[in-house]
Amino acid sequence: MGNPIQTDALIIGAGPVGLFAVFELGLLNLNCHVIDILNKPGGQCAQLYPEKPIYDIPAYPVITGQDLTENLLKQVKPFSPVFHYEQLANKIRKQKNGNWLVETDKGLVFDVKAVVIAAGGGSFEPKKPNIPDLDKYSKSIRYSIDKVDRFKNKDIVILGGGDSALDWTLQLYDIAKSLTLVHRRDKFRGAPATVEKVMSLRDGGKIQFHVGQVNEIIGSDGNLTAVKCIKENKILDLPCDILMPFFGLTMSLGPVDKWGIDLSDERIVVSTETFETSIPGIFAVGDINTYPGKLKLILSGFHEAALMAHAVFKRINPDEKHTLQYTTTSSSLQKKLLNQ
Amino acid sequence: MVVINFISSKGVLKSVNAAEGETIMDCAKNNDIYEIEAECGGGCSCATCHVYIQDEWVDKLDAPTEMEEDMLDFAIDVKENSRLSCQIKIDKTLDGITIQTPEKQF
Ligand SMILES: Cc1cc2nc3c(=O)[nH]c(=O)nc-3n(C[C@H](O)[C@H](O)[C@H](O)COP(=O)(O)OP(=O)(O)OC[C@H]3O[C@@H](n4cnc5c(N)ncnc54)[C@H](O)[C@@H]3O)c2cc1C
Ligand code: FES
Repeated sequence: MGNPIQTDALIIGAGPVGLFAVFELGLLNLNCHVIDILNKPGGQCAQLYPEKPIYDIPAYPVITGQDLTENLLKQVKPFSPVFHYEQLANKIRKQKNGNWLVETDKGLVFDVKAVVIAAGGGSFEPKKPNIPDLDKYSKSIRYSIDKVDRFKNKDIVILGGGDSALDWTLQLYDIAKSLTLVHRRDKFRGAPATVEKVMSLRDGGKIQFHVGQVNEIIGSDGNLTAVKCIKENKILDLPCDILMPFFGLTMSLGPVDKWGIDLSDERIVVSTETFETSIPGIFAVGDINTYPGKLKLILSGFHEAALMAHAVFKRINPDEKHTLQYTTTSSSLQKKLLNQ
Repeated sequence: MVVINFISSKGVLKSVNAAEGETIMDCAKNNDIYEIEAECGGGCSCATCHVYIQDEWVDKLDAPTEMEEDMLDFAIDVKENSRLSCQIKIDKTLDGITIQTPEKQF
């Protein structure tokens, strides 16, 4: 375990609500670090519907998920939050002084006065194809690429036809021993330029492409050697050291349900005054929480973030008198926002 | 009222009444058809409301839009008769349709 990172609040989840929580806490002089299992901010807006328009953000007649995310990042910039991506909040432990220690799956440790869970629909995890014995070969199955070296001179089979499948095809074909792309149809859903490049690799024989479905995997001692692919009622044997399925992501509550916090129907129960959970010092905002009348809207999450921030402030500074200030008229707030 | 027949991956039949205008996904959720997840709530963005349409009904449905086809790429175990149930609106012509739910949505 490395040295813990100390800060006022740790926000778990960089979705729209986690981002706005940085802003509200920042206005109250509270510093934040933010972690997310994904490799980018924006949560559902960036992951599920970046190009789709949202029509119910106050004062924005229309804005895309991507633009909303970018605007929020601009808005929190003055508070210099520190983002840690590809980190899953895994364990949480209370310390004697009342602070929390939060540990991620990659071993980062945070020592914080308040924990804000903004985990939305839960952590995103790759969908797994329905292939028998898939779990036995977990070391040969990759849903992302950490070290490119691992793929050198290997027989790689990539499943899927979206951006991830195509991007990794382009990235890996020339270091792999062989690369085979398997997709259910011969149409791809990806940036046109990317699709074009992949097609020209296929036409030039640099990669193999099959319209079909992989339904069986073969190997020994947890190492894959081949996969079977059904193509027009025929079965093809494809050599395969590494299988990379790209069927998008799913959300699951993940480790949060092991933290002893009261849940109702897989959501965290909170007070609507403070957005504190059943455990003092742990707060929950956005899609992850539930209370009577809860609406899973970005708008509601923003409201929750404001009340949560004031409650966190009171918890950290029980004796300090604290009044509501407007960003329009408060010179001290403006100083912060203009980052002076 | 329109009758929709759901058959689970284990072969268990459940026939339910549906209202015209709702989607097959809505109908499944209202009737605890647990093999339909519908994480995105009908937004055609998750492919976890994937179903198989019984063969004789396939042609009676409007063909999938390009958006639905694209999203089907992210469903598990896609077959010729695969559809996303949130993209199928129920009307009188679907009375008696039989729909099979997959073993896995993710
Ligand atoms: C297709 C679609 C359309 C929508 N349209 C609208 C709309 O028009 N208007 C509207 O208001 N809302 C809309 N919504 C809902 C809106 O997207 C959500 O309300 C909003 O994203 C919730 O924000 P959040 O920050 O609470 O959670 P999320 O956006 O879900 O973000 C949570 C983040 O936390 C991360 N995370 C979770 N657990 C962990 C963990 N243990 N460790 C590390 N990271 C973790 C996740 O990876 C994720 O990035 C729509 C949703 C969908 C799917
Ligand atoms: S409910 Fe998500 S795609 Fe149908």
